[in-house]
Amino acid sequence: MAAELEPVTGRYMQLDIQGRRNRIYFEQAGQGIPLLCLHTAGADGSQFRHLLNDPEITRNYRVIAFDMPWHGKSLPPVGYHLEEYRLTSDLYVDTVMAVCQGLELARPVVMGCSMGGRIVLQLALAHGTDLRAVIGLESADHQEPWYDTDWLHRPDVHGGEIAAALVSGLVAPQSPDEYRWETLWGYLQSGPGVFKGDLYFYRADSDYRDRVGEIDTTQCPVYLLTGEYDFSCTPEDTLRTAARIEGAQAIIMEGLGHFPMSEDPQQFRGYIMPILDQIRG
Amino acid sequence: MSNIPATLVQLADLLNGNAGLVRRGRFVELEFMLQIGDEAHYLNIDHGKLTAITPAPLLMRPWRFAIRIQADAWLQFCQAMPRPGYHDLFAMCKLGVASVEGDIHPLMANLRYFQEILALARLELGEAAHGS
Repeated sequence: MAAELEPVTGRYMQLDIQGRRNRIYFEQAGQGIPLLCLHTAGADGSQFRHLLNDPEITRNYRVIAFDMPWHGKSLPPVGYHLEEYRLTSDLYVDTVMAVCQGLELARPVVMGCSMGGRIVLQLALAHGTDLRAVIGLESADHQEPWYDTDWLHRPDVHGGEIAAALVSGLVAPQSPDEYRWETLWGYLQSGPGVFKGDLYFYRADSDYRDRVGEIDTTQCPVYLLTGEYDFSCTPEDTLRTAARIEGAQAIIMEGLGHFPMSEDPQQFRGYIMPILDQIRG
Repeated sequence: MSNIPATLVQLADLLNGNAGLVRRGRFVELEFMLQIGDEAHYLNIDHGKLTAITPAPLLMRPWRFAIRIQADAWLQFCQAMPRPGYHDLFAMCKLGVASVEGDIHPLMANLRYFQEILALARLELGEAAHGS
């Protein structure tokens, strides 16, 4: 039987980020407006495979999803074994902008989830003129730490198992089992300390509460979509953030949790398609 | 286990008859406390099997960790489609209607195992236990 080939292409690029060479894996499909997708903490770009395979999206958008360094099929930079991985706001912005420049993306839409949803706010602030719009999924300008992240990286607890178990509760109960477990696989296979290192950015180095009000949504429209079952970035967190950004649109998605694009792609589609249509104009 | 609620006895049968779940908990050997509302029990786990249920509290009887869930929250958790915030142990902890206490290392190291025990209770026993 012939294989069913998807219209998605995977490639590697080599990029210098903050003076270090990185080998980064990305997938893309479609043509038109670049839509750069940023995965959640401790996971990888495969969370966006349903968008990459959606012909109604790829007809008008060039969808690109890359694995952050240390994640998925991207490598950590040389010397990683000598350091503790810690993502910072600056490193995250520099990474995303290096990918945009490296792939020559002209005024892309940047859509990120969770920590990706956080950084799009900073991208809109610092690079709004270079972007067509940002979409923050499970996005807020700050989150109070609510559990001890030391559990995520220690020799007597399996990092992948505990990461997956912890985030499993962030998936909506009605999400299909198939996609729930696929989403959790990303966490089960993550590298040691990577989820924790991402959460350093999420918890300690991305308090944008005093700055999001400076985002100019006439230059770079902001869309924030959060699932009702997300108790990490709660609907209240998102609505509070949207209220601080003049012109931002916020939508609370029913029947979805923290991973809308991967946990229930069909349900998510109902919310993201009108946004993508609106951005396209 | 004559003075033990039928639902907990059923939970033991369901867990011990679930080879996959027993296998997942094969390194778990401890006694923990499960408190739903005012009713608390010590649950003894031996290599993944629930081997003894004892009413709590018993003076000077230690436990490794305790999972405490408010009665109303447990009812919500047991719905076929729980409301947001009542669909997960840590969601309920964040809401302040449940807590985990004590030496939670074995809970965290075997989190999926314990989550699946609670899910068993929710899915298989919730309706029978609460008629909801």
